[in-house]
Amino acid sequence: MDRTTHNESLRRREIDLQTLFLSGLKGSQADYARFLRELSTHLRGFLRARLLRQPDEIEDLLQEILLAVHNGRQTYQSDQPLTAWVFAIARYKLADFYRSRSRHDGLNDSIDDTEELFAEPCLEPAQASRDLDKLLQELPDKQRLPILHVKLEGLSVTETASLTGLSESAVKIGVHRGLKALAAMIRGK
Amino acid sequence: MNTDDLISMLSTGVEPVDPRAIAKRFSLAILIGGVGALLVILLRFGVRPDLAEVATTPIFWAKIAFPLSLMVGALLMVTRLSRPGMTAGGGKLWVTLGVAAIWVGALYGLAVAPADERVAMVLGKTWKVCAFNISLLSIPGFIAVFWALRGLAPTQPRLAGACGGLLASSLATLAYCLHCPEMAVPFWGIWYLLGMLVPTLVGAAMGPRWLRW
Repeated sequence: MDRTTHNESLRRREIDLQTLFLSGLKGSQADYARFLRELSTHLRGFLRARLLRQPDEIEDLLQEILLAVHNGRQTYQSDQPLTAWVFAIARYKLADFYRSRSRHDGLNDSIDDTEELFAEPCLEPAQASRDLDKLLQELPDKQRLPILHVKLEGLSVTETASLTGLSESAVKIGVHRGLKALAAMIRGK
Repeated sequence: MNTDDLISMLSTGVEPVDPRAIAKRFSLAILIGGVGALLVILLRFGVRPDLAEVATTPIFWAKIAFPLSLMVGALLMVTRLSRPGMTAGGGKLWVTLGVAAIWVGALYGLAVAPADERVAMVLGKTWKVCAFNISLLSIPGFIAVFWALRGLAPTQPRLAGACGGLLASSLATLAYCLHCPEMAVPFWGIWYLLGMLVPTLVGAAMGPRWLRW
């Protein structure tokens, strides 16, 4: 039956995504990147269905959700469906987006339908109008430099520590706080 | 920065996540709230002089059980609500049962008491300061619990804020039991509850603003 196949594919997607994500939580960079890439195709489809009248906002909101997923990844509990967790984050960010827009838009687009989260994957990314690179430049050095060396140049924490003169734990904290600050800057815009 | 660059930035050098991170955050918050409230009790209010005697009576432990059940309930709820996609869960039961038990006890106590003692049972000697003292004692825990929540991802900030306020204030009430001389159940049912309600309402009011992420 159609319905069974549909449910079966949803279930398989849940398992696939969860496996990658859990492996990412244990520190696997490759699996985590694959998880984020697969997630973003689903989220893009989800957002496109929700933001019919604001197609220019899709990529910006997608990036904001990915950052929120990353910053909140410690709140995932492995016995919880990953889909439900991601959906709650996406819905929270979407509601935030609607709130910051006109009230009119918020009342017209229903955001309560969970079925559509993974409904139609959308692969081709649009251009993001917000420039995260520019926002990164605004971070204080003790956050900007750890992100620059560890997350953008791919240096190890130890290398970054000796390069910047920060301690290793300060480098880790700088990355963590910097990404949170980045999310806060996006929110404030 | 396009989305592929963002994904590669987020995944590069990703650190393993501690699966007990939430438990550790709230343990620390409770420790700070508990020690903070105890210090205020010791330095400002003083421990009740008959604590050693009264600690051997069942009624004292019934008094402790009331804020304790609310604290357990609030903790269960707030740890769930700090995760996206989770409901408040079974913690509501602990809160409801705790309040129901104290009210049943209060009504029974009033019913069997002589009419001219009832007002004294409700007001005790300290009704004017009780709720205020409990709210005051909640402040260290309130700050610590909101710190814990701000590092997490509550998607229902009003409810999470309320449960955070209740967690802080029930912890404060536990500490207040070391000082407070009142031993009539109706007193607890009104003034303790009111004292815990104030930080709960502040948490609910401020949650949407303070817990945005």
